[in-house]
Amino acid sequence: MILVIAEHRQGELNRATWETVVAAQLLAERLGGLPVNVAVPGATGSAAQELAAAGIGDVVTLVDPALEAYTPDAYVMALTGVVASMSPRFVVLPHTYQARDFVPALAARLNKPLITDVTAIAGTADAPTFLRPMFQGKLAAQVRPMGEPPCFVTFQLGAFRADQVKKSSTQSSVTNLAVTIARSAIRQVPEVPFQEAQRAVDLSQAARIVAVGRGIKSKEQLPVAESLAKALGAEIAASRPICDSGWLPMERQIGSSGQTVAPKLYLALGISGAIQHLVGMKGSRTIVAINKDADAPIFEVADYGIVGDLFEIVPAIVAELEKK
Amino acid sequence: MKIAVCIKQVPTREWQPRLRDDKTWIREQDVSYEMNEPDAYALEEALRLREKHGGEVVVCSAAPARVQQILREALARGADRALHVEDDALAAADACVTAGALAAAMAEEKFDLVLTGLQSDDQGHAQTGVILAERLGIPHSTIIMEVQVEDGRLRVKRELEGGWFQWIAMPLPALLTIQSGINQLRYATLKGIMAAKKKEIRTVPLAAGLQRTQQIVALAMPSRAKQTQMIGGAASEAAKELVRRLREEARVL
Ligand SMILES: Cc1cc2nc3c(=O)[nH]c(=O)nc-3n(C[C@H](O)[C@H](O)[C@H](O)COP(=O)(O)OP(=O)(O)OC[C@H]3O[C@@H](n4cnc5c(N)ncnc54)[C@H](O)[C@@H]3O)c2cc1C
Ligand SMILES: Nc1ncnc2c1ncn2[C@@H]1O[C@H](COP(=O)(O)O)[C@@H](O)[C@H]1O
Repeated sequence: MILVIAEHRQGELNRATWETVVAAQLLAERLGGLPVNVAVPGATGSAAQELAAAGIGDVVTLVDPALEAYTPDAYVMALTGVVASMSPRFVVLPHTYQARDFVPALAARLNKPLITDVTAIAGTADAPTFLRPMFQGKLAAQVRPMGEPPCFVTFQLGAFRADQVKKSSTQSSVTNLAVTIARSAIRQVPEVPFQEAQRAVDLSQAARIVAVGRGIKSKEQLPVAESLAKALGAEIAASRPICDSGWLPMERQIGSSGQTVAPKLYLALGISGAIQHLVGMKGSRTIVAINKDADAPIFEVADYGIVGDLFEIVPAIVAELEKK
Repeated sequence: MKIAVCIKQVPTREWQPRLRDDKTWIREQDVSYEMNEPDAYALEEALRLREKHGGEVVVCSAAPARVQQILREALARGADRALHVEDDALAAADACVTAGALAAAMAEEKFDLVLTGLQSDDQGHAQTGVILAERLGIPHSTIIMEVQVEDGRLRVKRELEGGWFQWIAMPLPALLTIQSGINQLRYATLKGIMAAKKKEIRTVPLAAGLQRTQQIVALAMPSRAKQTQMIGGAASEAAKELVRRLREEARVL
């Protein structure tokens, strides 16, 4: 059996969970047709019903007041017992911030492998392997778990398509499983999530965006990109390191920890194309990448690419736009 | 406060990958190395906490001898001493082995606070810190953007997706994985570099009996899914062609 651990906020499933269901179904098929089950920590909201309605396999909800607000300690305690008693061959989750927070501890407590950020499944029924990026996406590794099952696997966001879930018309069963968690054993005390002060710029409405990355070298060189933004009537945006360094405000950061945008035109200048950046912009209609490294992963999502020095190419584009 | 910072040595950003003949690891003789970026932020945060609350900052790494280059760099930036678990096998070790190696060497030091980066720029497991907390038997929190210490307790700001955050409180000792951008980095001064020469780097052997839990069977350049239209030629010609295509093909101008 393959066990999916669902992720939800106050009972509302996230899309990454559906992507993980797709990955689980593909893995199940590769292993010769194993069943897929789903565990939902915390029994609030419609998450369990929604999963059951899709008919993908038995759903188990883990019930204890300590699971209402997420903490890594409570999740690890609840899931150690459940995983041990259900004996799955694989336990799969999306590679979200929450999974990063507790799954390594869960796998370590059970002394089992955890393979993270997986983009594809390969290998045979007896020896499946998992593809994951290494060296900032410059290389892809094929990885094999060692030792006795279960093996934990987290899947990269967007690597599998949520709309490809194989649903069945027969509703799956939902079982509530009471787990006992000693409140006193939970060491983290979480407060309510919040957003920093309201953003002054809403890049999600921009028709054109010029985004700069570390290839811009220094704050003093930003006008190179700004002149292009001006010539295009575009908003300026950036990769995370540019905002970390304080060269542009945080609210102009694109990516998993910043804004998600989908403009008509997205121009990436000196951005390598890390997955955390790509998830924020790959829905753009037309993507142009300018990068001096022909192997930069940004070209993976670009419609048009120019390999070269942005300090030569950008002024040439500005000059071209200002012609006519 | 006695603070540990785990730092990893990773290939520089400019490094162009070349593989070893068996294609399961990189050709290390070609590589120049630097400090993993989030680890540099973790070190800076530790130095700031020491300035505020007093105590000691110890940098820890599990790696071949070559890591002493960045341990010295960390000492030059202000760390007090270093702990080096040395073994050639640690170069390509998985997160379980690395965390186990660090835990074995660090346990007796009884640190009040352990900081790691949230993820390494080479293997990128995003696991080592959390496993280390589990092995040391201390609570943890991940992807941290602010650290406050009050009355022997921690209050930390955890980054969530899409611009959300959350404060978490927990007792010390504890482990935090630090996100890049938590602070502004300082660089080593000449004085710091001179002082570092006299600071201690204690080397200990790799603990026996650590089992790997995963194995790299092949490394390769990632396959390209999308057919990007590459535009070549001199800058002015490429610019002209790009603008033409954006106007006529993509119709976005
Ligand atoms: C949990 C987490 C969340 C994250 N969230 C985000 C996020 O929301 N947004 C985000 O962007 N990142 C995020 N990151 C960071 C991300 O992993 C990358 O580190 C980051 O996106 C890299 O930024 P970059 O492309 O600007 O820099 P680099 O990766 O350093 O790339 C610089 C590029 O510039 C090119 N270049 C250099 N000089 C020139 C030149 N003269 N002309 C042309 N090209 C040149 C280089 O070839 C290189 O490809 C996150 C990471 C983690 C772990
Ligand atoms: N060999 C190592 N020595 C010291 N610290 C390490 C080592 N490997 C990983 N770390 C720490 O663990 C963090 C996460 O690494 P990883 O789990 O490989 O993504 C890094 O940012 C480092 O702080």
